[in-house]
Amino acid sequence: MAISDVLSHRAFAQAPRRGAATRLLEDERWLAAVLLLPTVILLGLFIAYPFVEGVWLSVTDATVGVPGHFVGLANFTALLHDSIFLVAVRNTFVYTAVATVLKLALGLWLALLLNRHFRGKAFTRAFVLLPFIIPTVLSTFAWKWMFDPTFSVINWTLFQLGIIHGRINWLGDPSLALISVIIVNVWRGVPFYAISLLAGLQTINPELQEAAAIDGARPWQRFWHVTWPLLLPVTMVVVLFSVIQTFADFQLVYVLTGGGPANATQLFATYAYQIGVGTGLLSQGAAVSLAMFPFLLIIVVVQLLYIRRVEVH
Amino acid sequence: MARIHRRKFLKLSAAGTGAAATGGLAAILATGRAPAYAQGTTVHWLRWNDFVPSSDKLLREQIIPQAAKDLGITLNIEMINGNDIQARTTAAIQSGTGPDVICALNNWPQLYAASVADVSEVADKIGKDQGGYYAESMAVANDGKKWLGVPWSIVGAANAYRKSWFEAVGASKFPTTWDEYRAVGKKLKAKGQPIGQALSHSFGDPPTFWYPFLWSFGGAEVDKSGKKVMLDSKATVEAVKYGVAFWKDCCDGGGLAWDDSSNNRAFLAGTISSTLNGASIYLLAKREPDKYQTEKGTPIYQDILHAPLPKGPAGQFSFQLPQTNMLMGYSKQQAAAKKFLAWITSKPVYQAWFDSQGGYTVGATKVWENDPLWKKDPVVAPFRLVGRNAYFAGYPGPADRNAAEVLSKYIIIDMFAKAVQGMAAEDAVKSAAGEVQKIHA
Repeated sequence: MAISDVLSHRAFAQAPRRGAATRLLEDERWLAAVLLLPTVILLGLFIAYPFVEGVWLSVTDATVGVPGHFVGLANFTALLHDSIFLVAVRNTFVYTAVATVLKLALGLWLALLLNRHFRGKAFTRAFVLLPFIIPTVLSTFAWKWMFDPTFSVINWTLFQLGIIHGRINWLGDPSLALISVIIVNVWRGVPFYAISLLAGLQTINPELQEAAAIDGARPWQRFWHVTWPLLLPVTMVVVLFSVIQTFADFQLVYVLTGGGPANATQLFATYAYQIGVGTGLLSQGAAVSLAMFPFLLIIVVVQLLYIRRVEVH
Repeated sequence: MARIHRRKFLKLSAAGTGAAATGGLAAILATGRAPAYAQGTTVHWLRWNDFVPSSDKLLREQIIPQAAKDLGITLNIEMINGNDIQARTTAAIQSGTGPDVICALNNWPQLYAASVADVSEVADKIGKDQGGYYAESMAVANDGKKWLGVPWSIVGAANAYRKSWFEAVGASKFPTTWDEYRAVGKKLKAKGQPIGQALSHSFGDPPTFWYPFLWSFGGAEVDKSGKKVMLDSKATVEAVKYGVAFWKDCCDGGGLAWDDSSNNRAFLAGTISSTLNGASIYLLAKREPDKYQTEKGTPIYQDILHAPLPKGPAGQFSFQLPQTNMLMGYSKQQAAAKKFLAWITSKPVYQAWFDSQGGYTVGATKVWENDPLWKKDPVVAPFRLVGRNAYFAGYPGPADRNAAEVLSKYIIIDMFAKAVQGMAAEDAVKSAAGEVQKIHA
């Protein structure tokens, strides 16, 4: 065999084999599509499909085990005349608005405290996350016991301290019941705000604070004119996530009150469950769930526009 | 799946188990077969976590091996919280896969009528053999054409009350009319020993008290045909007015937030004098006499008696919690599951479970009224006949989907709750009637 033959053979053996797939993937447009494919499949399966299925259910008269027929917007029109649904809409807005404002205020306060230097800082930061880490159903059961009309440890403490002389019916009184579920939601949600805002605070250059201090700015002025504007984009994103979660909250109310007394704590999600699963009217339950969508969409769009404006500035 | 006869099952089982025990995987491969327990038919039965734990123990430790022996099936019993069964059932039906048999509460078989198998053959035979079914069991499990499930039991509800406390206010026996009960309750509440009754969103205690209360005053959501809404009536307004007065005079205000276990805890802690409940309070107190004691330091169970709900102007009623085993339409084990249902509900097998309940449930058939169990303990004896005047939500109409919707939306319960919270009785009734009307529209 001539040397040239050997060389040419080796050269052939070493040359990368370029199959059709490889050649296709060298094109960036195809590569991007392939890389995106797993995400698209996951989103399609777990978000788009259930959503489309939900939309379809809401325009039919399907019940459990019966596919049903197309009925247009009849389920939504019926909701407009459903007094329990209207109570649930009001409750959901009050619940979300009050809980979000309180979570933001307390979370920001906690984040500012945790951003300072003190002994046991790491431990405290981890400890603060506890309400967020414990499974909601478990912690809500503990709260249920604390609010128990007969055995409430809160009532017992207030009674022993001489602050109250009778019993506070935390979950039995309509107004107090809504306040109680808001308290538990705030307790559970504050750590999320605190830790997220703390992360935001740590991205702010301390030199800015120092420069402001040297210029004579007082703590409040430093917060309002330096910290707050820089923290705003993070805050808006945190509020956005929180509003979506609070608006669609289910397990907390389901465990604490089941939507009672007399629907005083009924929310979108609990009412949808009551109708869809409790009564087997899947289509009407889906309609209640989907009725959340326009409200949430408006809230999300307004917030996203605001975030963009803040970032542009 | 190929049917395996008992003899063959045992043979295979012995070969497989023996191989697995002595020779491991190599031995299994050498026999040329997988162990029989992996080949046999499995029936998956979904039930609630029983309020009587010894019954669950019996099912696990005795019924499962017995089913393998008698039927040649592997019985897989799954026990979950009663509140979660409906979510599981819905998911199973929609996906077409899940437990073969589901033990439903209330009138759920009517809700899932399109998705359950016809078990008339089994249910009719059991009914015939065991003295017939109670009206309530039939109302929830039969749609007038076929059996949607095999009735399993009725969880009896009666008033558990403190004998000594009632005697102290002059009631030597439990009041038989609402007026008498109210008079006694008023005295008890004045002494800090109120009646405890849930008036909240919980599936058990609130409906079993407030529905019969309404019926006993002549109120009802619909007429007999189930087509005409009758709730906005003079009788309902009277019932609501009386309910408010009864609540204010006699009841623990905390009931507006109670779940189904709250009254058990309150009673055992000695904060209430009487409550409508299953026998679970008494059975628990009896099982742990050192833990649950009266203010005098004696076991509280010795001071508990049971009695039915009092009579109203329109009569005496009760609403018990029926249970029905539904054979799901999607199940691939139809024949085996039917055999299992006939077997588990047959008198000798059911007897063991019935005994383990100790009176907490009565059978769905009348034969169990004559069981010697009721003679063993006079305190649970009042539960013996609870099935007789029991009706389901929707009474006097059918226990259909509309009745279930009224029930699951707590419209009747909230009618009373709103009035207790200060709404005029007439307005509360009108608002509830409007909601019921929309459901029936």
